[in-house]
Amino acid sequence: MAGSRPRLFQGNEACVEGAIAAGMRFFAGYPITPSTEIAELCSVRLPQVGGTFIQMEDEIASMAAICGASLAGVKAMTATSGPGFSLKQENIGFAAEAEIPCVIVNVQRVGPSTGMPTSPAQGDLMQARWGRHGDQDIVALSPAYVEEVYFLTVEAFNISEELRTPVILLMDEVVGHLREKVTLPGPGDIVIKDRKKPAPGSRYLPYAPMEGEDGDIPPLGAFGDGFRFHVTGLTHGPDGFPTNDPGVGEPQIKRINSKISSRREKLCKAEELFTEDADVLVVSFGSSARSAKKAVKDLRAMGVRAGLLRLITVWPFPDHLIQRIAAQDLKAVVVPEMNLGQLAREVRRCLDGRATVIGVNRVAGRLIEPADIIRAVQGVT
Amino acid sequence: MRKEFRLAGAGGQGLISAAIILAEAIASRTDLHVAQIQSYGPESRGGSSRGDVIISDSQVDYPEVTKPQYLLVMTQEACSKYAKDLAPGGVLIADSTYVKQIPPVDGTVKSYPISERAREMGREIVANMIGLGILAGFTGVVSPEVLEEAVMERLSKSTWDLNKKALRHGFDVGMKMAGEGGGGD
Repeated sequence: MAGSRPRLFQGNEACVEGAIAAGMRFFAGYPITPSTEIAELCSVRLPQVGGTFIQMEDEIASMAAICGASLAGVKAMTATSGPGFSLKQENIGFAAEAEIPCVIVNVQRVGPSTGMPTSPAQGDLMQARWGRHGDQDIVALSPAYVEEVYFLTVEAFNISEELRTPVILLMDEVVGHLREKVTLPGPGDIVIKDRKKPAPGSRYLPYAPMEGEDGDIPPLGAFGDGFRFHVTGLTHGPDGFPTNDPGVGEPQIKRINSKISSRREKLCKAEELFTEDADVLVVSFGSSARSAKKAVKDLRAMGVRAGLLRLITVWPFPDHLIQRIAAQDLKAVVVPEMNLGQLAREVRRCLDGRATVIGVNRVAGRLIEPADIIRAVQGVT
Repeated sequence: MRKEFRLAGAGGQGLISAAIILAEAIASRTDLHVAQIQSYGPESRGGSSRGDVIISDSQVDYPEVTKPQYLLVMTQEACSKYAKDLAPGGVLIADSTYVKQIPPVDGTVKSYPISERAREMGREIVANMIGLGILAGFTGVVSPEVLEEAVMERLSKSTWDLNKKALRHGFDVGMKMAGEGGGGD
């Protein structure tokens, strides 16, 4: 089916349209700059499609509300920025432990604390991964273009449904507020995935792995569909009831991690430009990667063999992609990011000493300029 | 091809709206790529305000305007602040109602009493449409018809007639300015 005529969309607007196309019918949030347009537009758009919008009393309650909605069988999302993302962490951990599909959007602004509300940053990369207590793998996607926001929001819902897990859409102020041309796909042009449901009338064990492909992800019944089951943040057995038995608890904790880490190669999306013969690699994500792309193109025009690896999936981390490119003889790896070196730290871990990592960092709300990256690359060539 | 536009003035002059309408017209009715960036924060509530637009024949990589080829300034403050950023050989269009002093620039300077003409047409609030019309008429990036369609999509119906009239007037002024060639007044 043909898509509609291209139109100007703001990044936050594209997120809402992508979510609705993916099947989101519940949004709970507490508006915060620079994510506010997401809540604002959901309050208009959701009633139009038979969905529900709730402005909650705070971010903690918003996150709890989307967990509840999802358990009732409705695809649910919340959106926030730094300070709100901090507040949501405990219930994101609950969603990970209780295996509740949902999407959390974080349009990053400058931190720490309330920081700079209207200025971009990428300082929540590590918080997205490690912001909660206990071991749990997480999926986080980071768009760089407005059109990509649309498709990655759809993807975030699909992954959350398929893997029964919270998925974080890690945006930043630049891509959230930017307006660009977007051609929306027709209804049949995108793949929509829904969670596996238990067979009606069966004895339902909500946390029991099964035989066969994707058997490590148990089906999820909806409250209201006739399944009675227990949901808790306490370590639980196959029936959902708490246990202190290490023999039961350990496989459960390992499973919520391995269901993501074992699918790393399938989950990790990235854009590569001139990586095949690069002797300097630039690794970046989100809006910084747009500056990196311009820098790499300009460097090539100057005869420098620079290449770009733009991470679209930031968690799980694409160790395999970085290691594959690093098998070439790299002079250095340059990592531009709007934080003090969070991505560079992961890249260094993957390289394990095989190449020098040079950071290009800004933290006070200005987008990194291509010239900054060009200078860093020229310093090593 | 990459062209950078900056529309700058005071909060309330509607320059962000004008930038969005320009970007919307490009996005929905041309094959070009477009990115529209606005400054937020205290600037959007009075004080200085600006809307930036980048037009390109390929995907826009770096989404910031640093050296605008086309600069519309509608206050003295905006002119003093941004004139130095004009790309060499660029075009600075000043609203002579408020801009009295233009620093020397390496480019073409054009002046027109935009806000005064808007007042004469009925409401100063449509000065942004005259300014947008001048930019479009001067550069030829979009036709007035296409801009009018974008106006009708973005603005409320009760304002269409006056906004369209202001746009057309600006467009004619811009075409005339382009016909005069470089140098300016």
